[in-house]
Amino acid sequence: MSALLGLLRKETYHILRDRRTLFVLIFMPIVQVMLFGFSIRTDVRDVRMVIVDPTPDATTLEIRDRFAAGGVFRILGVSSTEKPLDHLFRTDTAQVALIFEPGFGRRLASGDPAQLLVITDATEPNTGSARQMYVNAVIQQYEREQGRAPGAVQITPQVRSRFNPTRESTNLFVPGLMAMVLNIIAALMTALSLTREKESGTMEALLVSPLRPWQIIVGKVMPYLGIGFLSVLAVLGVAKLVFQVPMQGSLVLLLAEGTLFILVALSLGILISARTSSQRVALLAAMMGTMLPTQMLSGFIFPLESMPRPLQWISVVVPARWFVFIARGIMLKGVGLVYLWRETLVLAAMTLVLLVASARSFKVRLQ
Amino acid sequence: MSASSAVRGFARRTLALSRAEVLHVIRDKASLVQIIVMPLIQLLVLSNVATFAVKRSPAYFVDFDHSAVSRGIIARFAASDLFETVGQSASPDLANEAMLRGDATIVVTIPHDFERTLTRDKSAPIGLDVNAEKGSAAGIVQSYAAQILTDYSAELGREIVPTRLTVADGNVSEIPPRPGAGHIDVRLRSWYNQTLDYKHYMVPGILVALVTMIGTLLTAQNIAREKEMGTLEQLNVTPIGKAEFITAKLLPFWVLAMVDLMLGLLVARLVFDVPIRGSLVLLFASAGLYLVVALAIGLWISTRVDTQQQAMFLSFFVIMIYLLMSGLLTPIDSMPHWVQVASLINPVRHFVSICRAILVKGAGIREIANPLITLGVFAVGFLTLAIRQYRKRAA
Repeated sequence: MSALLGLLRKETYHILRDRRTLFVLIFMPIVQVMLFGFSIRTDVRDVRMVIVDPTPDATTLEIRDRFAAGGVFRILGVSSTEKPLDHLFRTDTAQVALIFEPGFGRRLASGDPAQLLVITDATEPNTGSARQMYVNAVIQQYEREQGRAPGAVQITPQVRSRFNPTRESTNLFVPGLMAMVLNIIAALMTALSLTREKESGTMEALLVSPLRPWQIIVGKVMPYLGIGFLSVLAVLGVAKLVFQVPMQGSLVLLLAEGTLFILVALSLGILISARTSSQRVALLAAMMGTMLPTQMLSGFIFPLESMPRPLQWISVVVPARWFVFIARGIMLKGVGLVYLWRETLVLAAMTLVLLVASARSFKVRLQ
Repeated sequence: MSASSAVRGFARRTLALSRAEVLHVIRDKASLVQIIVMPLIQLLVLSNVATFAVKRSPAYFVDFDHSAVSRGIIARFAASDLFETVGQSASPDLANEAMLRGDATIVVTIPHDFERTLTRDKSAPIGLDVNAEKGSAAGIVQSYAAQILTDYSAELGREIVPTRLTVADGNVSEIPPRPGAGHIDVRLRSWYNQTLDYKHYMVPGILVALVTMIGTLLTAQNIAREKEMGTLEQLNVTPIGKAEFITAKLLPFWVLAMVDLMLGLLVARLVFDVPIRGSLVLLFASAGLYLVVALAIGLWISTRVDTQQQAMFLSFFVIMIYLLMSGLLTPIDSMPHWVQVASLINPVRHFVSICRAILVKGAGIREIANPLITLGVFAVGFLTLAIRQYRKRAA
């Protein structure tokens, strides 16, 4: 046992000595929460609008005022022709254009339909649609007040946003971020640290030492388990303090599931290191095998439902997909194991398979 | 020494070292695959993954009313290809269950006496519970649902209300005016992306991300490796100058990244049907300028690290910040004001906007002049920084 402790101490020194890597390991989670919290937003506000009004009259002025007053739109200017629109849209100066047809107010007053053309920059489709909806809402509100509603009845939707009432995007990213950070620390760093021993030839020294293979692995892996656990706490702390991310369910359950996920990632790291012989290859394999799938196929940023079927099938074998679901369930919905036992079992099964596979590969190296 | 012979000497030494680099790359089949094939595969896969498109949202209906109108609402949702009915009952518990399990994105609750309230008061509430766990998609789902309800109430207004008015009140004058009269006819146009295809938005962004990664990572890693192996010191004792060394190191990777961009554009055009509305010459000229910035950043990173591992970590860290803050995934306009201001010093942001402007919007040089000039300033700035940082002496 003292041999194991010795190895643990050596590993800890290794980690503490490389200041730059340590710095990245500690600060990356915090910076990532900040970055995601501030950058990944899709709120529609302060929409830059230009208005084309060839024949201004009381009605068009009133509608223009509605848009100016709403708080969502910022009117950049009013033109009498459509000519400047092309340039304004291409330079991204304008995002929405409102074009009244000539004689708009007169037509409306005489009981004819009056045409209003709404042009939106749909380069980013969702934002484009959202802007259209806002324009539509303003017009419908106006018509309703004027008693010109398209129908005489009105169904009024009463919207409740479940699980994330403020629609704060940070709340959604924190679970995914935990998965990503844990992957980097647990899978990537473990794979690197084991292959480094191989590369520098010190692995053989370890193998002929009185340490048993499992002790070598435990000694290599434990420090990263510790760092991984600390970063989970750091992510949760920043999320709570800076972004007021809620914690509806049990923190203990979340930490337990987090530990389970760290185990999956660690076993993946061991497997990668057992199969590769150089740091470069290990790094590449870890990137391709863990980082990318975690970022892309876990539903963390991009909703899984929107992807083509084959990619959805592939996502089933990505551990982060299950962890993100579990973490969101606990943090946002406040559900317990009753709803999450299936996902937890999947993670446990993955750990088992990966551990067995890596233990087998590791023994091969012993000969 | 005359000026022309100095230039010739510069060119000779630079090209010699460049050739060594090119040979290195060509000889190492694995890194060639890494540089050429992997970005293309990533482009193919990521373009399918990176979509916020909302289609066929699972909807659950709680119908307490069981009337013609409530059935009409459910039918309208089912008929729209934006929703998919996953269940229908009169039990809010079952609906809640479906939402907790993640099976339903929206729950539509039609209260008791919905139809009667609607005909009596001309207005009736309906419950829309949106699973906001889906982020930005939730907002879109909600607006789609609201749109369906608005359209349906317009339809109802023409159908049932006049009959009720004549039957109940007998008051002919209250019949609403003929449909379509005197109302505002709103026509919607989505410019640059009529089909609302996410690929047209994402593919140019992913292309920029890949080219940036290749350029910055390879440069940083390459010089860090020379440091690790000690061959950098050998180079340092040769008569090669600082500027020559850096030019020679950058040139091969600049060319490789341009080749990547070219292949990537080809894939974007042929596979994903991404429009190329502007001038390709302008695009490549801007890309050439941008790559100088990206490579100079890689070079600068390499001067600050000792090992390949550190180079990789630091590059990933820097690239990640740059990419996330570039408006590549989500529009810059949605970010807080101070982040928008801070993003002005992010070269990726400017190149992403140039790419989208040229490819999707068909912008010309006049329209991208501002970001282009900014990139030029960055190119000079970062290159100067990298050259100053680089010391021809082992630390």
